[in-house]
Amino acid sequence: MTLTPFLKAMSAVIWKDLAAELRSRELLSAMLVFALLVIFTFNFALELNAQERSNVTAGVLWVTFTFAGTLGLNRSLAVEKDRGCLDGLLLAPVDRTAIYFGKTAANLIFMLVVAAIVLPVYSILYNTNLFLPGLLLVILLGSEGYMAVGTLLSAMSVQTRTRDILLPILLFPVILPALIAAVKASSGFLNAIPMEEIQPWLNLLLVYDVVFTAAAFMVFEFVVEE
Amino acid sequence: MPMIEVHQLVKRFGLKVVLRGLEFSVEPGEFVALLGPNGAGKTTFLRILASLSRPTLGHVSIAGYALPHHAADVRRRLGVVSHLPLLYGDLTADENLRFYGRMYGIEGLSRRITEVLEMIGLAARRRDLVRTFSRGMQQRLAIGRAILHDPDVLLLDEPHTGLDQDACNMLDEVLRAVGARGRTVVMTSHDLARAADLAQRFDVLARGTIRASTRAENLPADGLLAFYRRSLEEAVP
Amino acid sequence: MKAIPRALLVVDAAAFLMLVAASVMVFAYAPIERVMGPVQKVFYFHVAAGWVGMLAFFAAVVAGVAYLISKKPIWDLVGVGSIEIGIVFMLINIITGSIWARPIWNTWWTWDPRLTTATIMELVYAAYLMLRSGIDEPERRARFGAVYAIIGFISVPLTFLSIRIFRTIHPVVVGGNDPSVDGSFSMTPAMAQTFAFSLVTFSVLFVSLLWHRIRLGQLAEKVERLKLKLVQ
Repeated sequence: MTLTPFLKAMSAVIWKDLAAELRSRELLSAMLVFALLVIFTFNFALELNAQERSNVTAGVLWVTFTFAGTLGLNRSLAVEKDRGCLDGLLLAPVDRTAIYFGKTAANLIFMLVVAAIVLPVYSILYNTNLFLPGLLLVILLGSEGYMAVGTLLSAMSVQTRTRDILLPILLFPVILPALIAAVKASSGFLNAIPMEEIQPWLNLLLVYDVVFTAAAFMVFEFVVEE
Repeated sequence: MPMIEVHQLVKRFGLKVVLRGLEFSVEPGEFVALLGPNGAGKTTFLRILASLSRPTLGHVSIAGYALPHHAADVRRRLGVVSHLPLLYGDLTADENLRFYGRMYGIEGLSRRITEVLEMIGLAARRRDLVRTFSRGMQQRLAIGRAILHDPDVLLLDEPHTGLDQDACNMLDEVLRAVGARGRTVVMTSHDLARAADLAQRFDVLARGTIRASTRAENLPADGLLAFYRRSLEEAVP
Repeated sequence: MKAIPRALLVVDAAAFLMLVAASVMVFAYAPIERVMGPVQKVFYFHVAAGWVGMLAFFAAVVAGVAYLISKKPIWDLVGVGSIEIGIVFMLINIITGSIWARPIWNTWWTWDPRLTTATIMELVYAAYLMLRSGIDEPERRARFGAVYAIIGFISVPLTFLSIRIFRTIHPVVVGGNDPSVDGSFSMTPAMAQTFAFSLVTFSVLFVSLLWHRIRLGQLAEKVERLKLKLVQ
C-alpha cells in the first residue's frame, strides 16, 4: 500500500493543527474575543429584558458561532496557503480526503472550544443555565455541519483573489438549513419544549450533517488538485 | 532506465500555452540545473514533475511511475524544496519533521529526525520554533523535510532565493552531501555561478521547451554564462 | 463568427411566437379568477419564471458534474450561462410573487417556504458569480464553479424543508390580515392550459437564451485567442 494509512494521516493533520494553535493561540483568541464582542453588541443592540431574552438566546448564540466560525476558517486555511504548506500536504502520499477530514476535525475542535467558553460566559452574564445536554448535542451537530461545508468552501475561497470576504458569501446561504434547525432545536431545549416538537429539527440537522459531509469529501480533491 | 522521463509535455492555462512539447530525461544520480529567463515555465514544469499540477498533454514518469495515475507512488519517491518554506512557523523544527514524517509513514521516526538534523546542521536548534529561524536556516530545514523519507528524486525550485552568501554556502554543502548519496536532483536557478558549481548538466528552458543541454565537461571555454546567453539568442524566432 | 445555426433560429422563432401566444392566452383566454381578480394572472408567468430558475440550477449542476468528469470547457459555459439566466428569471419570480402578494396578503413580503427558498437560491447564484469573478485562471474558475454549483444545489431542498418545518410548527403569516386567504385556487381547464403553455414557453425561452449565451462565450474565447496571437 503506497498511501500512508488514512487514520494515521488524518490524525497527523489534526495533531499538527492543535499543536500549532496551542503554541500561538492566535486563532482561538481571535474567535473568542470576537464572540464575546458579538454577545456584548447584541446586548445593547437588542435591549433585552429577561422575558424576551429567553426567546432570542438561541439566535444570539448561533449568530455568534456562525461569525466566529468564519474567522477561524479563514485563519485555518490561510496558514496553509501563505507558507505554501498546502503544497506540502499535497506532496505527501496521502489520500486527499484524509487531509479534508483532518482539517475539518481540527476546525470542529476549535469551534467546540469557543463554545465551551462562550456558554459559561453567557450563563454568567445573563444568569441563565445553558449547560443542558440537549443544547450541547445541538451545538455538536450544528458545528459539525458548519465545519464540514466551511472547510471545503474556505479551501476554495483561500485560492481566490477576494479571499476573506468571499467565504461568508459562499457559506451563509448554504448553511442556512443547519442554522435554522440548530436555532430552533436550541431554543426548544432552552425553553423545555416537548421532545416531539424538537425531534424534526434534530433529524434535519442529522440529515444535513450526513449529506454535506459526504458531498464535501467527495468533491474536496477537485478543490485542491490542479 | 531514466529516473525522470518527459515526452511531448504540453501545459496550457486557459488559452495561454506555457510548455510546448517539452522533452526531458534524467538518469539516476544526475544533478541537473534547469536554467531559463523568468516566465519561461521553469516553476510550472517543476510543479508538474512534483505532481502538484497536471499535464495538459504528454507523458511524464518518475522512477518508472507515470503521472498522474501513479501519483502516490511518485510522491513517495520525491522530495521538493520550493522558495516557500513549506514549514509551520508555530511548530519547532522537531515537530515540523515529526509531522511530515507521519504523513509519509516513516518508521523509526525519532532516529531519522536526529539523523537528518545532523546532516543539515540544525541539531542544536531542534526544539526551537521555526518562526525564529533565519531564512537560511528555514531553507536548510526545508531540505531536511524533503529528504526525510529518503526520496530517489529531489526537486529544487530556486532554493538560493533570499539567502546571503554564508547561507548559500551552507546550503550548497548540504546539497552536495545530499546529492552525493546517489540521489537524482533537478534544480532551477537564476544563480549561474552556483549552478555551475553544483550541477553536472545544464539545460536551458525558454519559451516552453528545452533549448539547449550540455554537460559540465562539455561546456565551452567561455563558460556557462556565455553558453546560456547563446541558447537564449537562438531561442528568439 | 459562425453563422447562427438553423436549429437555433428555429428555437428563437418558436420562443418569440410562443411568448406572444402565451401573453394572449394569459390576458384574453384565461378567465379572471373569482376571488383574487386580475392580479392572479401574474401567476402564469410567475410560476414559469420560477420553473426556469430551478431548471437553470439543475442544468448548472449537471454541467458542473460533467465538467469535473470530462474537463471539457463547453460544460463550464453551460454552467455559467445557466446560472446567469437563472438569476434573472428567479428575480422575475420573486418580484412577480411580490406583486401578486400585495393585494392578496396586504404585504410585499412573506416568509413562506417557497419565497424564502427562492431568495436564498438567488443568493447562492450571486455567490457563484462572485466566486468566479475572484479567480483569474480559467481552469480553476470552472472547477470551483462546478463544485459550488453542486454544493448549492444540494442545500436548496434542505433549505426548503427547514423553512417548511419552521412554518408548520410556527405558522406566522407576517403582516397578513386574513389567514384563510393563502393564495390557492382551483384551476378551470382554460387556466390549466394557459399555465401549461406558459411553462413550455418559458422552457423554450431558456433553451434559446442558453444557446446564445454559450455562443457568446465561445466568441469571447475566440477573441482572447486572437488577442494572444497579436501579442506574440
